[in-house]
Amino acid sequence: MAKRSVLGLFTEEQVDEAGDALEALASAGYTTTEYEVLTGTPYPEGTFGEAEPKHKLFRWPLTGAACGFIIGLVLTAGSQLAFPLVTGGKPILSIPPMAIIMYEGTMLGAIIFTIIGILLESRLPRLFMGAYDKRITEGYIGVTVTTEEDRIPRAEEVLKQSGAGDITRGWESK
Amino acid sequence: MQEHVQLSQKKINDDLLAGVLGMPKWWLGAVGFLLLVIATGIGAYGYEINKGLGVTGLNRPVLWGFYITNFVFWIGISHAGIMISAILRLTQAEWRRPVTRVAEVMTIFSLMAALSNIMFHVGRPWRLFWVYPYDFSRGLFMNIRSPFVWDPSAVMTYLIGSTLFVYVALIPDIAVVRDRATGKFAPKIYGMLCLGWRGTPRQWKLQAIAGILLSALVLPVFVSVHSIVSWDFAVAIGVEGWHSTIFAPYFIIGAIHSGVSAVAMIMALAMWMWKLDNYLRPDHFDAIGRLLIVVATTWFFFFFVEWIFALYTLESPELALRELQVFQAPYMWLFLAFLLTSFFIPVPMWLFKSVRRSPGLMFLSTILVNIGMWLERFLIIIPGLARRQPLQFDWGSYHPSIVEILVVAETFAFVALGMLLFSKFFPIIPIFDMKEGMQVREEIKIGRRIVPASIRETP
Repeated sequence: MAKRSVLGLFTEEQVDEAGDALEALASAGYTTTEYEVLTGTPYPEGTFGEAEPKHKLFRWPLTGAACGFIIGLVLTAGSQLAFPLVTGGKPILSIPPMAIIMYEGTMLGAIIFTIIGILLESRLPRLFMGAYDKRITEGYIGVTVTTEEDRIPRAEEVLKQSGAGDITRGWESK
Repeated sequence: MQEHVQLSQKKINDDLLAGVLGMPKWWLGAVGFLLLVIATGIGAYGYEINKGLGVTGLNRPVLWGFYITNFVFWIGISHAGIMISAILRLTQAEWRRPVTRVAEVMTIFSLMAALSNIMFHVGRPWRLFWVYPYDFSRGLFMNIRSPFVWDPSAVMTYLIGSTLFVYVALIPDIAVVRDRATGKFAPKIYGMLCLGWRGTPRQWKLQAIAGILLSALVLPVFVSVHSIVSWDFAVAIGVEGWHSTIFAPYFIIGAIHSGVSAVAMIMALAMWMWKLDNYLRPDHFDAIGRLLIVVATTWFFFFFVEWIFALYTLESPELALRELQVFQAPYMWLFLAFLLTSFFIPVPMWLFKSVRRSPGLMFLSTILVNIGMWLERFLIIIPGLARRQPLQFDWGSYHPSIVEILVVAETFAFVALGMLLFSKFFPIIPIFDMKEGMQVREEIKIGRRIVPASIRETP
């Protein structure tokens, strides 16, 4: 069944009302994965009584660093072994320049994986905006519920009772 | 922060997007002028490609000239960008908010300008691809032992890292532009660029962590890049004045000195051009001025130590080089100008609060620093090579040609144009950061005084 979303809009001053709306939605049987708050600026965690977002971002840089290190090692050692140029009777594998390339590879891997991790953990890119209002980036607070179509009217009712000004609907997916 | 202007979220949007959604009268003229300078530089470079490096002033033994000087200069400028942003983010300094993006964006364009100097210098730029791992079919792979492979690997890591850093921090602000943009294509393009950002608590939390985590990752890269650039010189054992173990930290602190100065300069320009007086306050210039005193003094200490190390050896070639730098024209005049502009004029100026709080004077003093730091790189590179070595049969001097001057001018125009174009299409001051700053700020009463305070949790 296609999911639909509904958005209740609260003004900048209605922070408590937006928090109440989340509580009311929970009481009405909606799960924490079904509703969320949308704001145009970062509020301190738990401002609206929302659950603390869990993430595994810190695994990403470590994985990336390991990949980058291995690529750096293979590239430097491999190219020297594939084209052995003996210089001054010294060993083929020259450690100081290898260390530089491996270091840069490690850091590049860590950075690229961190960026990928940030985007994926943030649930981006998002193909369907669902119910959204441009006034959110102007300071309004949005409380959105994404659920089956038949549960939308009840969510609208809860949002209205909590003090939401405008209520709009949107498709979550097609 | 003692000064503060409380603004609504709508007002912040209107102010910081004024340049993005509208077009000031001066904008087209400025872009046109910069394009003209760039076109002239590209024309000069085309002439150089056609005729060869003989049209430059390079001459045996001075085979590194304006282009390499300019390369080191732009690498230096790029450093402070991320450095200032990363350190201020990591320490959660409140005054970072309007400064970070200017610094980060400057990093990207300066790095591009730096890389272009290598292209100008190599003479046959179409052979540059030999530096990169390509394939085995040519029967020859890059020699990873060469410093000319270290440089691209370090600079490209830094460029990719800082570009991604800027982009991630820009996503919430692109969403603001998406919601304000009009027309057929602009909302769609900004919508795609912000990847469907909505501003959920999860997204904001990860955005906060991203700022700190990426800062922590980019800082070691920033240190490595200028260390490696300095090793281009330091590993050359045959050139007096270059073969020094202190070069890596000396170059890094020099880069920070010129880079932080450039950030202050761009802050003043941005304030005047985009009318950002409510966001870039005298307090911000005061803070960056105090930071500059510390940075400049540390840089001067390293400069002094480098000289002491050189003179303490009492080796005649080293002494002869220092004599050339300090007592023989034209280098003596350049050396004098370098000392005055990079330290002895600006630092005493910054000791006065009235100077630090004046955008005009900060602009002037930081321009001086960058003139001085450009001369510093020139004085390290050219006199070192210009000295006649034992068994040298061919000995010329170096005079920059008009081609080199035009090409170097092109790099300055390129960075300026890049900043100008960026600020036309994206907010140059982080909107969400400013809004958060307004939100967490409060005035508290202590005794008989009411003082501003900021309360913020650590992500």
